[in-house]
Amino acid sequence: MTAATTDPTIAEAGAESGVSIGVVTFPGTLDDRDAARAVRLAGAKPVNLWHADSTLAGVDAVILPGGFSYGDYLRCGAIAGFAPIMESVVAAANAGMPVLGICNGFQILCESHLLPGALIRNDHQHFICRDQELVVENTNTAWTGDYSQGQTIRIPLKNGEGGFVATDEVLDELEGTGRVVFRYRGINPNGSLRGIAGITNEAGNVIGLMPHPEHAVEAGFGPEDGGGIDGQGFFSSAVRTLVSGR
Amino acid sequence: MARVVVEVMPKPEILDPQGKAISGGMSRLGFTGFGEVRQGKRFELEVDGEVTEEVLAQAREAAETLLSNPVIENVVAVRAAEEA
Repeated sequence: MTAATTDPTIAEAGAESGVSIGVVTFPGTLDDRDAARAVRLAGAKPVNLWHADSTLAGVDAVILPGGFSYGDYLRCGAIAGFAPIMESVVAAANAGMPVLGICNGFQILCESHLLPGALIRNDHQHFICRDQELVVENTNTAWTGDYSQGQTIRIPLKNGEGGFVATDEVLDELEGTGRVVFRYRGINPNGSLRGIAGITNEAGNVIGLMPHPEHAVEAGFGPEDGGGIDGQGFFSSAVRTLVSGR
Repeated sequence: MARVVVEVMPKPEILDPQGKAISGGMSRLGFTGFGEVRQGKRFELEVDGEVTEEVLAQAREAAETLLSNPVIENVVAVRAAEEA
């Protein structure tokens, strides 16, 4: 692997300090390998975790990747929320471990009550796949420290059930406490209330979003406009957070 | 075999894109006597033996924790199925 990350220094620090990030595979998960690759490019060691595992194998952070866990049966993320490994993920998240849920992973985080709200079918009823602009609205989280406040990033979005909904009280609280981390820019691609693309928990260690940063970490493989590497910051931020915490 | 029926519907205030699509199909096929359509779910849980109050209580708990998501759905019925 010769591709460089935007910040070789932090990648080196991650490799030296042996930061490891677990990537959970559920039956029906699709983006676990891309997530593991993004972790590797950021200088950390990806560790494959399986839905039926009951421990996290000593990892420093966890990614719940995209896909269709358990075939999206019942509700997206609902069965995965009760998978054996989720007990450990929930406990670790509540103890402060950085956890990132991407797309189906975001749905799983909502179903397991680590994040508020829910994701419903896109308002226009179609699956959508496009390069999507987002505004980064909170850089004080474990996964966004390497971005600047108000920065626009462009990463792929692909979902059928990405409409974020919650009660007005919950939405007001999320906005009032800076917990809306990403908002769609340009168009609202799935009818998410208040254009919300991603949120965090109160502590800022758990993040869920519908778009896919792991698909935009290497030039030539991400969106053609804007360099295609806008997703790198998620993984370098986590590595920086973990290295500085040691 | 006795069964418990659980019915779950999207909350009234939550958009139901599936229902909207069905409503469009209805009017295209000439079923014009209907307005909004909303789509829910019906679960049939097989029970060993009688549908007791205890069995129903367990079904209610399953309905609230697994079969529905209270953020977006309401459990509208948990009842013993009529004999077929």
